[in-house]
Amino acid sequence: MTKLLEWLLGVSVVVTAWGLLTFDLLDLKVPQVYREVVWPMPVYLLVVFGCYSIATVGYRVATFNDCEEAAQELQAQIKEAKLDLKKKGLKF
Amino acid sequence: MASRKSSSKRQANKDKYSVLLPTYNERENLPLIVWLLVKYFGESGYDYEIIVIDDGSPDGTLQVAQQLQGIYGAHRVLLRPREKKLGLGTAYIHGIKHATGNFIIIMDADLSHHPKFIPEFIQKQKEGGFDVVSGTRYSGNGGVYGWDLRRKLISRVTSFLSCSRGANFLTQVLLRPGASDLTGSFRLYKKEVLEQLVDRCVSKGYVFQMEMIVRARQLGYSIGEVPISFVDRVYGESKLGGNEIVSFLKGLLTLFATT
Repeated sequence: MTKLLEWLLGVSVVVTAWGLLTFDLLDLKVPQVYREVVWPMPVYLLVVFGCYSIATVGYRVATFNDCEEAAQELQAQIKEAKLDLKKKGLKF
Repeated sequence: MASRKSSSKRQANKDKYSVLLPTYNERENLPLIVWLLVKYFGESGYDYEIIVIDDGSPDGTLQVAQQLQGIYGAHRVLLRPREKKLGLGTAYIHGIKHATGNFIIIMDADLSHHPKFIPEFIQKQKEGGFDVVSGTRYSGNGGVYGWDLRRKLISRVTSFLSCSRGANFLTQVLLRPGASDLTGSFRLYKKEVLEQLVDRCVSKGYVFQMEMIVRARQLGYSIGEVPISFVDRVYGESKLGGNEIVSFLKGLLTLFATT
């Protein structure tokens, strides 16, 4: 099953469950309290996911490792390499 | 006594690593990357060869490669050039055909990938018997040098050249690939695994690297990770453009719908 189909399946299961509870399609006579909680769930979950995404990406940007030493080491090795290669006869 | 010693040495060194270097206008970087490869492979004692696949670079990359072959020997530096720019996937196929190693290492020739990590890749592969070992910039002490805040931000949300955080996040959510860095192109593959994957992958460019990992997971191959540092372009111009963002998203959605 492709990822797309997985998502579609997942989404339809969730939407069906939500629809059944909110609109009382199966005549389950679910208490009013539960219905009031379930009804705004989709929007609420989307907002939560949105906030999570922003927070995660933001955090990861802030903590993205800045490899200062790696860059310096590379610069030093480039100098070394150029000298060595010139000695070995490389014409740049 | 002498024969026992040499036969156990031969057994321990049965593995050979072929490094594929597709190049286009890397005249300045090529000698440096080859020098670094020779240095780290030499120190580690592993058997290796470097295959330079130049796509008809107009800046004389091939001439520099020929000089390097003269310096290090034709058994270490192999030249397999092509007439014109033909793309990464076909470069790999071309390189694999001429590789005599049982492991293939793919990396960028522009010094953003440092050969000092290769012995770590090899160690990791030996430890876990992995089919693929991927360098990651996103976990452990992997990271990036040379991206200003603007680039980091953009790259977070939409860019993808080196799969910034945002694009990476989107990719993780949609594809749940089980690997932390998908567009990274610094990897070690078992030769037969790479052959299988290149055969099945249909995307182009950077999405190609993503597809390789996703398909590897699909086919049940084991993937190990090694944190690497990625130092942005030392010489030369970066090939990032606006419409690459669009093609990244298209590629991501295609992978989403087909795997």
